[in-house]
Amino acid sequence: MRRWLLAAGAAIALAFGTGAAEAQQRTRVTIYTALENEQLAPFKQAIEAAVPGVEVVWVRDSTGVITARVIAERENPRADMIMGLAASSLLMFEGMNLLEPYTPAGVDALKPAFRDSTPPATWTGMDAYLGVICFNTTEARRFNAPTPTTWQDLTKPEFRGRLVMPHPASSGTGYLMVAMWLQQMGEEAGWRFMDALHENMAVYTHSGSAPCVQAARGERVAGISLDMRGARERTQGAPIEVIIPAEGTGWDMEATSIVRGTRNLEAARRIADWVATRQANELYSRFYAVVAYPGVTNTPTNYPANAEARMFPNNFTWMAENRERILAEWSRRYESKAAPRN
Amino acid sequence: MSAVLQSSEDVLLPTRRVVTEQRVVAILVGLLCLALLVAIALPLWALLSKSFLNANGEFVGLANFARYFATPALVQSLINSVMVAGLATCIVVPLAFIYAYALTRSCIPAKGLFYALALLPIFAPSLLPALSFIYIFGNQGFLKDLLFGATIYGPIGIVMAQVFYCLPHATMILVAALALSDGRLYEAAAALGTTRWRVFLTVTLPGARYGVVSAAVVVFTLVVTDFGIPKVIGGQFAVLATDAYKQVVGQQNFSMGAVVGMVLLVPAVLAFFVEQILKRRQVALLSARAVPYSPRPERRRDTALLMFCVLVGGLVAGILGVAVWASFIKYWPYNLSLTLSNYDFAEFEPDGWQPYFNSLKMAALTALIGTPVIFLGAYLIEKVRSAVLGRFFAHFLAMLPMAVPGLVLGLGYVFFFNAPWNPLGALYGTIAVLALNSLAHFYTVAHITAVTALKQIDGEFESVSASLKVPFWTTLRRVTVPICMPSLLDIAVYLFVNAMTTVSAVIFLYGPGTKLASIAVVHMDEAGAIAAAAAMATCIVVTAIAVKLLHLLLDALLLSRLQRWRVRTG
Repeated sequence: MRRWLLAAGAAIALAFGTGAAEAQQRTRVTIYTALENEQLAPFKQAIEAAVPGVEVVWVRDSTGVITARVIAERENPRADMIMGLAASSLLMFEGMNLLEPYTPAGVDALKPAFRDSTPPATWTGMDAYLGVICFNTTEARRFNAPTPTTWQDLTKPEFRGRLVMPHPASSGTGYLMVAMWLQQMGEEAGWRFMDALHENMAVYTHSGSAPCVQAARGERVAGISLDMRGARERTQGAPIEVIIPAEGTGWDMEATSIVRGTRNLEAARRIADWVATRQANELYSRFYAVVAYPGVTNTPTNYPANAEARMFPNNFTWMAENRERILAEWSRRYESKAAPRN
Repeated sequence: MSAVLQSSEDVLLPTRRVVTEQRVVAILVGLLCLALLVAIALPLWALLSKSFLNANGEFVGLANFARYFATPALVQSLINSVMVAGLATCIVVPLAFIYAYALTRSCIPAKGLFYALALLPIFAPSLLPALSFIYIFGNQGFLKDLLFGATIYGPIGIVMAQVFYCLPHATMILVAALALSDGRLYEAAAALGTTRWRVFLTVTLPGARYGVVSAAVVVFTLVVTDFGIPKVIGGQFAVLATDAYKQVVGQQNFSMGAVVGMVLLVPAVLAFFVEQILKRRQVALLSARAVPYSPRPERRRDTALLMFCVLVGGLVAGILGVAVWASFIKYWPYNLSLTLSNYDFAEFEPDGWQPYFNSLKMAALTALIGTPVIFLGAYLIEKVRSAVLGRFFAHFLAMLPMAVPGLVLGLGYVFFFNAPWNPLGALYGTIAVLALNSLAHFYTVAHITAVTALKQIDGEFESVSASLKVPFWTTLRRVTVPICMPSLLDIAVYLFVNAMTTVSAVIFLYGPGTKLASIAVVHMDEAGAIAAAAAMATCIVVTAIAVKLLHLLLDALLLSRLQRWRVRTG
């Protein structure tokens, strides 16, 4: 027993020892983020080059998990900054008074939609992400499913049981789409459209990127999902087309904020300044077609063209205010009936 | 009878030693209760208390519950959860029982191998079977025709994956229950010419009753609380655990998440009282005069059981094998060429291999601290007579974590350990708090295993020691621990392996530089890098298997040294 205890003690010392050894001269700035894994290394490198004396430490997770975590930690925030998180989440934090007001130098150069226009400014937009249709052409041939160009096309009988989208109560992307249809078509027609869509839906997934992954792997013919994932699956060799329907699509932006109560306020401000620079936006545009800085354009490989033109003019305030009502109605229509489809 | 003897002994014994021993017991039980409070009860309360608050933290009484129960989808989730869990339990427990029976009461060869095969599923993150089942039975799966047109996304997939995932938990408990038995009963039965079936019904089954009920309770609650499998493969078949996920991660509504958490606690509390009632009826099987049962070869029975084990163990290995195979594939299902590039984690994960080493460290810490604490705790609860209330309370707390979805426990840890007033706040974000959380999360099954093993040792050992004026810690060290060494090792391996694979509780808790391999698996899967996710999961599996092999080696060594009493010589 004594040997067990000794070993346990040694293990504890080991666990703590490494933490202490990492303490360095540079300012460690802890950034919570929902950026994609592959973006973290280039972002860290760029920030540390642009803001000397700063070391970036990421805590990365999906939008839902990071949002829940920030709120859970509100009594004693652990993050210095939040970067690359959906603006809708940051607006929620603003309402809870969790964000430090700061207007980065040079923010005026950004497109108006990417600036926090209600003072005091708490967030700075970086890039926009869009809901798209990932359409598997190989599987489509098998079932004679026509390439969809409008949302209504997805209600065609060829798609019955072969369609997938994120669950609006589990995934921000799912809610983004539902709210967009309701705004675009009007409530009554919007629900009618979703009734028809529901007839074709095999499954509502709990993650916003899963539908595209399922379409890419031929589990489904088409998945309503995130743009980024579509472009990347295609680059990796999936036989999919990434489509933005003609009526326009739902989108949200990724943005950066400083967390109220950070111990590294000065370093955080300098990083926030960097976020608004042209240089930073050129980095974003390696991954996203639509970024905050005017004139920075680069369509990432396999990303659909015409993305910016097809962004539906989303009303974020309306989205936030009606969320509970819409989700309740959605659940009443598509969840309460017993028989699980597919 | 023995209770009467015991109390009369208390009176007769010189008072001084009894008092000190009782004091030691009281202190230890107190410490155990304190540890369980900090690790389990307080964090849980930190989250569950939110079920009475609104989003602004104001007390609203039962309003959240009223709103939740008014939602028609809830009743459906509740029915779905109970149905799936019931079905999985009815499949797993008999499977595990026959399997454990073969391992303990027959003479099949390669028992160690078969036991290891049955334990394989806990070596893998729960995402892995779900991935495998999609590869096998999904719309592009190579055996999807076996489902006759039914879909894997839904209750069928959930039950299949849950059976796979719960098999080791049930097998472990049932092996512990069947491992020790009094050979004299079987000799007597044989001498009386009792039929084998009757022996099974009147000796074997009653002896293992406690284990069977424990296993059923564990499997049922595991299925009810797991959200990983329904999330990946459940389609839109809503269960309570995914409801909690929708509330917390989808809508950041902690109050409603806490309400679902409360509903999920109901089966556990029920299970606790069922177990308490049963416990009173259970008699120790291994009395001090017992002779350990050792099975004799019997061709027909052994062949049948061997075939059963080959089938079940083979299926388990096959399902896991599919995921391992997938980790070498370039792009499923359109490019099946093999590659090693999925193991170059730096390509998919900013920390590269670091999460893997974090996991190793965390799992080792969990096992090293957890095993002695859990075993000592179980000993105090099971074998010591004083401090009745404290022991009952500690046992209740020990049974609680099983019923708590990892999501709820993890968030509770955030609220409790990150509170500005908490002096333990320094632990937040460290490997230590991750280890503590894993220990708490997996406390119950390890505790049940320890209690099951201890129950089979007659209390007379303690009575005799007491009358010989030997303090209980000497009995513990000289008799109980050596007898229970195999179970102790089981517990250590169980903790290590589960800490390697756990996701749901730690996903809110890891900090900068303490990301774990299992979380990296989830992240890579979410990022669409399914093959890399399978590759990292494969690394976890291989590590866990290596640990298990080490365990078998140790077991063999121990068996030859400490367990010589099990073998009858003449």
